[in-house]
Amino acid sequence: MEDIIICRCQEVTEQEIIDAVHEGATTVDGVKRRTRACMGLCQGKTCGRLVERIVARESGRSAAEVTPQHSRMPVRPVKIGTFGGDGDA
Amino acid sequence: MREITTDIAVIGAGSAGLSAAYQAASAGADVLVIDENHLPGGQLFKQIHKFFGSRAHQAGTRGFQIGQELLERVQKSGARVWLDTLVYGIERDCSLGVIHDGAHYVVRAKKVIVATGAKENYMAFPGSTLPGVMGAGAAQTMVNVNRVLPGKRVVMLGSGNVGLIVSYQLMQAGADVVALVEAAPEIGGYAVHAGKLRRAGVPILVGHTITRVTGDGQVERVEIAQVDKQFNPIPGTERVLEADTVCLAVGLNPMTELVWMAGCKFCFIPAFGGHVPMHDGNMETTVPGLYVAGDVTGVEEASSAMEEGNLAGVCAAHALGLLTDEQAADKKAEINARLDALRAGLFGERRRTAKQQQLDAMQAEQGGNDHVG
Repeated sequence: MEDIIICRCQEVTEQEIIDAVHEGATTVDGVKRRTRACMGLCQGKTCGRLVERIVARESGRSAAEVTPQHSRMPVRPVKIGTFGGDGDA
Repeated sequence: MREITTDIAVIGAGSAGLSAAYQAASAGADVLVIDENHLPGGQLFKQIHKFFGSRAHQAGTRGFQIGQELLERVQKSGARVWLDTLVYGIERDCSLGVIHDGAHYVVRAKKVIVATGAKENYMAFPGSTLPGVMGAGAAQTMVNVNRVLPGKRVVMLGSGNVGLIVSYQLMQAGADVVALVEAAPEIGGYAVHAGKLRRAGVPILVGHTITRVTGDGQVERVEIAQVDKQFNPIPGTERVLEADTVCLAVGLNPMTELVWMAGCKFCFIPAFGGHVPMHDGNMETTVPGLYVAGDVTGVEEASSAMEEGNLAGVCAAHALGLLTDEQAADKKAEINARLDALRAGLFGERRRTAKQQQLDAMQAEQGGNDHVG
């Protein structure tokens, strides 16, 4: 099978995500921790939905049962210096 | 870190957010609107086509003109608009983490209205990361906002209104649309948009999908194939189109990260793009004081986004005591009548049913809580 890249930021293929589910990942967060999918610059805005769909399909669950990855701060890339600036002590 | 307080913070300066800001500021609220983009208006300023619907919804007016009028009303209403500004997070008490002009702020508002809109769905196939493959919305921004033609020979995937309209606009900008490919057996969008493409001689290939894109460092060839009833490609039906651009118009999904982070409860409605926040008839979520409006509540279109924004703005101002019960009831009745008109008819029925399902989920959730409490 030709490689299909799902997470383009971290170059994670569909097969790697399928393998992660068969290794026991039952959520998008589980796939994320095993493969780094959704952990790049876009933070899963491009591939997140595809990862949800693969998790549902490979674990035999409905799309309704697979929720998006856990949302954490920052939801957009922010420079560390902006948080750690002079006035932020 | 600096701290700012305001009556109402609106996240997103698109159709819904600007409408909410206008209503709330007109009622006398101190309003801060925040948008990450350089220009306000969300998707409205990309829309060079005329809108449909009734006169009340400015049918016959082009999207960007509707945006311009809305923006002028907001500017006169006294709402503050912060552009190029990120909301990077929201706490459970609804205070917002904000980066504005390179500095870190915490915004504490009595009410928060999330109007973050939607983002494009992506599709993966061999070659889908080659330069030249992009979302149809991205191509529309390039052509209509930045005046850059993404390529000369385009294959469009998806025949919803986005696929149809963007195909036509790419042609107006000087590109050839080699083919419009649609996996379903029928065209998804309005016949009037499809007719424009047909008259221009664009082949519309229903029952087809893209199976692979190849090229040396960029899109050069697009392989398409017929699909069976389960949408799987039928071996032996492949053919290759020469193109330098592939646009994906395969739907949108609500931009809900902040709403999840705030702890709102969600329900699953495929017609709205998946998991969407529950909200009541006032657009308030399961988190008190947190409102939603527009595509973030479920993907619809610009006119209903504006009306949901109006509703959220009125209800938030009413909750702050800035409108009397009677004033709020009158305004809500007018807005709801217009929303009902938008969610009627052949194309609106599916969205009306979906919205009812969302309101019912909220009611069940609240009823459940009362029972437990």
